[in-house]
Amino acid sequence: MSSIDREILLRVAKNARLKLTKKEIEEFLPQLEEILKAFAKISEIDVSNEQLAVHPIEIEQKTREDKIGEGLSVEDSLKNAKHKKGNYFLGPKAIG
Amino acid sequence: MVDVTKFVKKAKSNKINLKNFYKKLSKKLRKWNSEYRHLVLINEIDSVEFSLPNGNLYGVPLSVKDCICVKGMESRAGSAILHGYKPTFNATAVQNALNNGAVIIGKTSQDEFGFGTFNVNVGKGFEIPLNPHDKKRSCGGSSGGAAGLTALLAMNKIPHLAIAESTGGSIACPASFCGVAGFTPTYGLVSRYGLIDYANSLDKIGAIARTTIEAALLLENIAGFDEKDSTSVSVNLKLTKTDTNIENLTLGIVKDFFSEGIDREVADIVWRKIKELEAKGVELKEVSLPLNAKYGLATYYIVAMSEASTNLAKYCGIRYGAALKLEGNFDEYFSKVRSKFFGEEAKRRIILGTFARQHGFRDAYYIRALKLRSKLIKEFKKVFKSCDVVVHPTMPIIAPRFDEIEKLTPLQNYAMDLCTVPANLAGLPHLSVNAGFSRRMPVGIMFTADHFNEEKLVKIGINAEEPIGEKE
Repeated sequence: MSSIDREILLRVAKNARLKLTKKEIEEFLPQLEEILKAFAKISEIDVSNEQLAVHPIEIEQKTREDKIGEGLSVEDSLKNAKHKKGNYFLGPKAIG
Repeated sequence: MVDVTKFVKKAKSNKINLKNFYKKLSKKLRKWNSEYRHLVLINEIDSVEFSLPNGNLYGVPLSVKDCICVKGMESRAGSAILHGYKPTFNATAVQNALNNGAVIIGKTSQDEFGFGTFNVNVGKGFEIPLNPHDKKRSCGGSSGGAAGLTALLAMNKIPHLAIAESTGGSIACPASFCGVAGFTPTYGLVSRYGLIDYANSLDKIGAIARTTIEAALLLENIAGFDEKDSTSVSVNLKLTKTDTNIENLTLGIVKDFFSEGIDREVADIVWRKIKELEAKGVELKEVSLPLNAKYGLATYYIVAMSEASTNLAKYCGIRYGAALKLEGNFDEYFSKVRSKFFGEEAKRRIILGTFARQHGFRDAYYIRALKLRSKLIKEFKKVFKSCDVVVHPTMPIIAPRFDEIEKLTPLQNYAMDLCTVPANLAGLPHLSVNAGFSRRMPVGIMFTADHFNEEKLVKIGINAEEPIGEKE
């Protein structure tokens, strides 16, 4: 089973939008190697005939009437944002 | 008076002046919290004018785990990345409790997003709660504040209920370490709407209380179908009216959780309790869950971390919670916010979860774990054909000291969840109650039933528990 090395760790961290410090990299790498080695145990057992248990119980698919219900108001949606302008969230620059 | 049901009766008949009660409680909570740190936020309850709904929880002090939204009350799931977040709505479980007359006294401490077994993985700027039986020891996690506060208030004869949450054992573990009842329901029984999620397919809101019947009372009043949660199920719970006769029940003793890695004294106390239950009429049977014992931990952590890594992707300093000066491009800004405000264990789990879902590794880890989960659930179902409830120690040890926890590697930390993870992975209802004391610390005994068989757990729990604060 594939494990982790420094290069993979940095790639995964980048994908997860985490910038690790040198100290974190040194600390995490042996820990993650140890954990993934323990996780590799799951490869021992045959699961080819098993379905994916996305939920632990069977969830009945429900639909509701297609009616407009109550939702968050614009005011409430923006209440917890630090950066906003008018009815919009403000984010970092996307272009330029 | 510590009994919640008696308290409700007296409050309803005006034999308790709630205004005076809460004025005094407010002072006590502030004093105790500076010592034990069970609450991350104490509600303003000293000057409240009470006009409460005349429900089953009328006037009862209720705490809510920090990861469950309370309107207008800072709800951070124990994380600095949610600093300042005040929900504009109540979680359904919270709203149901309020509709029944409960009074929210505050938000309880937890490991950041529930990522821990000892409540020491608190977010940046948060304090670690202390066990009221011994301040040098952990309350357990991740609902450590809820269990610690329940025990502390019980010791001081004050009624209290706690809304808590479990993903892999976060109700049972702290209940065991603090000597209280921790009731985790079947997945879907309590709506997750308003829960700041850790892992969607594993998260369950439940109850911590001094006794089984009090935990059942809270559960009964917060459960119910909710169209705001697509995984919510409709079951009419009738737990508090159940008879306590256990003579027709068969108890399966899970031999796999009495062997390697289980403290001898803990196992002995649980065994003694099982023999007491036999004397009260239950039939005993030895059962085995070898696949769950061997693969449960790895399967659970892969699924939980994979789901956590996607759930936590939304925290990026834009819509709510902590933010920084808007600088750089999207990637730079998001990375800066997340790297600054997430704690160490959160980062570790995000990385492992992202790894397990990443192209090239996904089939070997995440997909395989989901398939294995099916196999592990089937193993439980087979065992429930021959017994009503299974039993084993809740935790392999008594609450550890903080200096002992410091020496554990992350993997050794995860291994402590050996006994609680299988029931959680399978979404099965389970109950931990106090079975006795070892070295002056509580020892939890855990009972697990088949899906939607909460009533059997109540019967067994009432017969098994040794509640603290019992003598009035």
